[in-house]
Amino acid sequence: MSEKYLLLGDEALALGALHAGLSGVYAYPGTPSTEITEFIQNHPLTKERGIHSEWCANEKTAMEAALGVSYAGKRALVCMKHVGMNVCADAFVNSAVTGANGGLVIAACDDPSQHSSQNEQDSRFYADFAMMPCFEPSNQQEAYDMVREAFDYSEANHIPVLMRLTTRMAHSRAVVRAIEGSPREENEMRFPPKDRERFWVTLPGISRVRVKELAEDQHKFRHDSEESDDNRLIDGPDHRLGIVTCGIAYNYLMECFPGGCSHPVLKVTRYPFPNALLKRMTASCDTILVIEEGQPLVEERLKGLLYDDSRGNGFVKVKGRLDGTLPRTGELNPDLVRKALGMDSLEVFPEAKTTVPRPPALCQGCGHRDFYTALNNVLRKYDGARVFGDIGCYTLGYMPPFHAIHSCVEMGASLTMAIGAANSGVWPSVGVIGDSTFTHSGMTGLLDAVNFGADITLCISDNLTTGMTGGQDSAGTGKIEAICEAIGVAPEHIRTIIPLPKNYPDMEKVIEEEINYHGVSVVVCRRECIQTAKRHAAAAKAK
Amino acid sequence: MKKDIILSGVGGQGILSIATVIGRAALADNLHLKQAEVHGMSQRGGDVQSNLRLSTDPIFSDLIPKGECDLILSLEPMEALRYLPWLSKDGWVVTNSTPLVNIPNYPPLDDILAELRSVRNLVVLDCDAAARSIGSPRGANMVLLGAAATALGDILDSRKLKDGIAGVFSRKGEAVVAANVAAFEAGQELSKK
Repeated sequence: MSEKYLLLGDEALALGALHAGLSGVYAYPGTPSTEITEFIQNHPLTKERGIHSEWCANEKTAMEAALGVSYAGKRALVCMKHVGMNVCADAFVNSAVTGANGGLVIAACDDPSQHSSQNEQDSRFYADFAMMPCFEPSNQQEAYDMVREAFDYSEANHIPVLMRLTTRMAHSRAVVRAIEGSPREENEMRFPPKDRERFWVTLPGISRVRVKELAEDQHKFRHDSEESDDNRLIDGPDHRLGIVTCGIAYNYLMECFPGGCSHPVLKVTRYPFPNALLKRMTASCDTILVIEEGQPLVEERLKGLLYDDSRGNGFVKVKGRLDGTLPRTGELNPDLVRKALGMDSLEVFPEAKTTVPRPPALCQGCGHRDFYTALNNVLRKYDGARVFGDIGCYTLGYMPPFHAIHSCVEMGASLTMAIGAANSGVWPSVGVIGDSTFTHSGMTGLLDAVNFGADITLCISDNLTTGMTGGQDSAGTGKIEAICEAIGVAPEHIRTIIPLPKNYPDMEKVIEEEINYHGVSVVVCRRECIQTAKRHAAAAKAK
Repeated sequence: MKKDIILSGVGGQGILSIATVIGRAALADNLHLKQAEVHGMSQRGGDVQSNLRLSTDPIFSDLIPKGECDLILSLEPMEALRYLPWLSKDGWVVTNSTPLVNIPNYPPLDDILAELRSVRNLVVLDCDAAARSIGSPRGANMVLLGAAATALGDILDSRKLKDGIAGVFSRKGEAVVAANVAAFEAGQELSKK
């Protein structure tokens, strides 16, 4: 009898990878992907086998290190949230060109409805763009099972595989049965086979050959996808409508049909899209409803420009997010799917009248609060000051009572936008970035600032952790001032302050002096995250 | 037999430890279970909820459809109201009466309680006071779970829930288990009044 566990989708994927003979996980924290790496970090097998699991500086370094593991013949997993795919895109797309040696799986966790993200981009586009197979499990058990399948497919076909989860899978628990027997051994180190060795050098003359091979491989990938149990055509009595579901959308559909779906269903959990199965469906169904979490990738493919004929005229009508049958953006749920199927809502109670929104806020006692208070007090003295923010808890400095930042775009954009704004005449031009975001994507921008002699003040609000995602180790802890000095910031303009109410006068003096200095200055504002401080105090007490 | 539960509260209040206890009990009882959690930005003092579905049959959706929720279990009164559209006609609301006021425009508590009374099966009790009175100030969430024992009874009886508490807290020692069981029992008693 195999063991069963109650696991988040993230954890199911992590356990599946461990049991499949993983040698290393490489990741940067990001909701909703963080728990994959944390599960591996805390699993006894990781210690026993010496599996690499420390956090990386960013998603690009993670992707590249994992590619190195694959080169050496071992199995590697890369984990990130969807926007992390943008950070590692260069390495990711080119990993399809080098191909994989040891199994290489990239887990991208998308966040439709933006529960904790700046956009809702769909990572399936990346797999499609890179010509890489993509697995999208529909439940936690499949997440466990399919990661092994992905490693094996990767090794057999010399291709990395993208595993796509979405928030509702990543952060939902269900019972998962583990495979029987002991975990598979790791691969021995082995270099790429002689006939594929050259593909790891992407000089145009070589990679042209490989890109052609990769394009030809698409037929095999699609055929395998059509033959696999991961994609299934399930018949139903009413052929007026055929339904295509991708990933977890299948669950929402079945929720509406407790006794079994009355229409044929094409359940897709693997791409390239199984064209042959769709053709079998359209042989008898002349309307297709596409239910997919994220952007209408499949729907657009099925529609095609020339075949979008709403009058019928012998063409297949495709319904989904593009014609308003389902909302164009946002996460799916059973109620939206019910509506798309023309069923009535079950709602009995109207929305309550006495509720008001409760947005997230910086914790009481958080150092970012004291930093923003001091910064605001200083900037009140200047007309036209602008503060370019970044990604982290401190983005909440936009909210009342602080209203302290004017922008937040993506990891690292604070100081580089401050540079551009300063070049355009903005003064004071202030960047605000956290310690972990600084080492993720801020250091190269600081080098630009030094080389340009930009008139900016960079405030690094250092809470000694990656706070927003729950307190993971931060790559720059203990090294921030040394990094700034090594990059070339004048040592006398690297100032450190401790954000506490009693220090406001000192903090304000330092911030004001550095704003008045017309060059690159860095103010490091350092106090431990109140959440990790509480945890550390409790752990110390327990000892 | 199914039981769809929405756990609600404010980030940091500890709704996930209630979910963990129910989850543990359900796993031990071989029930099917799905539990969608909220992680990330909302945990910083924003409204949070968890959809917890228990069933003797396989479950498809991780999310509960509107109108099908059997029990809203809330650590905060206004947060209980937020999920009314999901509650079924015969569903239960079991909520803490102590408001957590971390926004400037928090509505008058009396208005909230008045609107909650539109629900037939309603249990409102001061979990914070109950937890303090038994000397376990951090046990408000287990008081709340105890208050829901009747509403949960047909799928998981209170003995199984107490075993769940023991399982979840055993790592922290006997005293912590006893304090949490006592909080659970206090909630159970209060809900009968």
